[in-house]
Amino acid sequence: MGLSFSLDDNSKGNEVNAETLYDTIIIGGGPAGLSAALYAKRKGMTTGIIAGQIGGQVLDTSSVENYLGFDSLSGQDLMKNFEDHIKVYEIPTTTGSLVESIEDGASFKKIHTDNGKAYRAKSIIISTGSKPRMLGVPGEKEFLGKGVAYCAICDGPLFEGLDVIISGGGNSAVEAAIDLAKIASKVKIVHRSQFRADQVLIDRLEQLDNVEIHLQTQIKEIHGERLLTHIIAFDKNEGKEVKIEANGLFVEIGYLPKSEVFESLVKMNDRKEIIVDRKGETSSKGIFAAGDVTDGPYKQIVISAADGASAALSANDYVNKL
Amino acid sequence: MTFLNEDISKQIKAIFEPMKEDVNIALFVDKTGCESCDDAKGYMKEMSELSEKLSLSVYDIKGDKEKAAELGVEMTPSIVLLDKEYKNNGVKFNGIPAGHEINSFISGVLNVSGAGEELPDEIVEKIKSIDKPVNIKVFVTLACPHCPGAVSKAHKIALMNPNVNAEMIEANTFGELSQKFNVSGVPKIVFNEGPDLLGDQPIDAFIDAMENLSA
Repeated sequence: MGLSFSLDDNSKGNEVNAETLYDTIIIGGGPAGLSAALYAKRKGMTTGIIAGQIGGQVLDTSSVENYLGFDSLSGQDLMKNFEDHIKVYEIPTTTGSLVESIEDGASFKKIHTDNGKAYRAKSIIISTGSKPRMLGVPGEKEFLGKGVAYCAICDGPLFEGLDVIISGGGNSAVEAAIDLAKIASKVKIVHRSQFRADQVLIDRLEQLDNVEIHLQTQIKEIHGERLLTHIIAFDKNEGKEVKIEANGLFVEIGYLPKSEVFESLVKMNDRKEIIVDRKGETSSKGIFAAGDVTDGPYKQIVISAADGASAALSANDYVNKL
Repeated sequence: MTFLNEDISKQIKAIFEPMKEDVNIALFVDKTGCESCDDAKGYMKEMSELSEKLSLSVYDIKGDKEKAAELGVEMTPSIVLLDKEYKNNGVKFNGIPAGHEINSFISGVLNVSGAGEELPDEIVEKIKSIDKPVNIKVFVTLACPHCPGAVSKAHKIALMNPNVNAEMIEANTFGELSQKFNVSGVPKIVFNEGPDLLGDQPIDAFIDAMENLSA
């Protein structure tokens, strides 16, 4: 077995300072947040980053093939490149803590985190991203960690030689299916409508001989004893219920914005995504948002990075006019 | 170096700078057959060369039975981090801490050397007041970015309270054990082979789980 290593950046020391009034503080360390940090810092703004973890959801992606300039690399390697680029600018960064609330004051905004600290900034860029959406069917919570999983790259290795179901029809579902087909004995994609993944991915999927595709099939219930054994789904083509057996079910049906904390602060749409204009401005002055947490229709790494740049530039305009 | 390239070695060296006390890596291998033991040995040898405060002792689980029993080692490869007095503080890794787990290994070394990050007083109090024996198993896979956080928290707790010991278990290396504990999602955190938590839980959730264990 060849060993590989995924070293995190443990260089502590340059943390966001509670005493400093920053021009902008960026909440979130994914593509949107890191790109915002780069643009803000280069504009000369005093900048800080507060994030649970640098890298965000891209870390859970085994292979990224649609970020211009890189034909194929792992999500982790892409984020390492982002991080190395940001490191050049020595931007204060506090990781491992989450934002609990924000006070929107007249001269500055105060950000409270769950480790009991508070930070001040003239403007804020929210780029907290999103989390996996759940199916919301009976058995899903009961079999969480007993077959039901949301991170194919993390939990995939536990299903070596077993059968798995992937729920979903977008890029992340099809990518998960392609990855798991290398490990699992059989992969069954179950999706309630038609594929909306990129055609190149669907073509690749269809070439695999251990993948079964069930489209127009909606998952109704998840069953098992100690561990998951099967699901019950409704096959719309046949107009009847079907039982599909498997040891695991990977839910890859999209994402929900991580926006709860900001609910009273900025306007959101009915999906709880923060409403922004083309400059990344929210309904609240001096608060900007970028990436998957916003109401932008397409959740893509390149779009998040671009959003981050826009939000930083418009935060800079805002701070200059104060 | 065969395992750690120059770039990673340099970074780890810098991370080990703040180490306060010596740490001994006690690695247990099985000379009569253990698929990943050679890799574990090579990797740990390179790791131990990245700080003057680190040393490596390699034991054979069968030949050094007494040492294995003393440190509670039952499978291979297994690594116990001992402090400057060669004392066991309940910080163990079963399987190779490679992939993302290199981070929990590094954090384990720093913590055992006394250079770990400090926790708020209130949490320290709660951890210190646990007065029953607790074993924490954290099942991981090496590709899981959320797993090292859970392993490090478990180890940190073990270091603060002699009643607690904590071990990382690499689920693919120890498939049977993982099956026994129904591991099909990681990180899975099992307390005294009973109640479990799934995911990189906050330290409060660890404390709650330990407080709720029957003595």
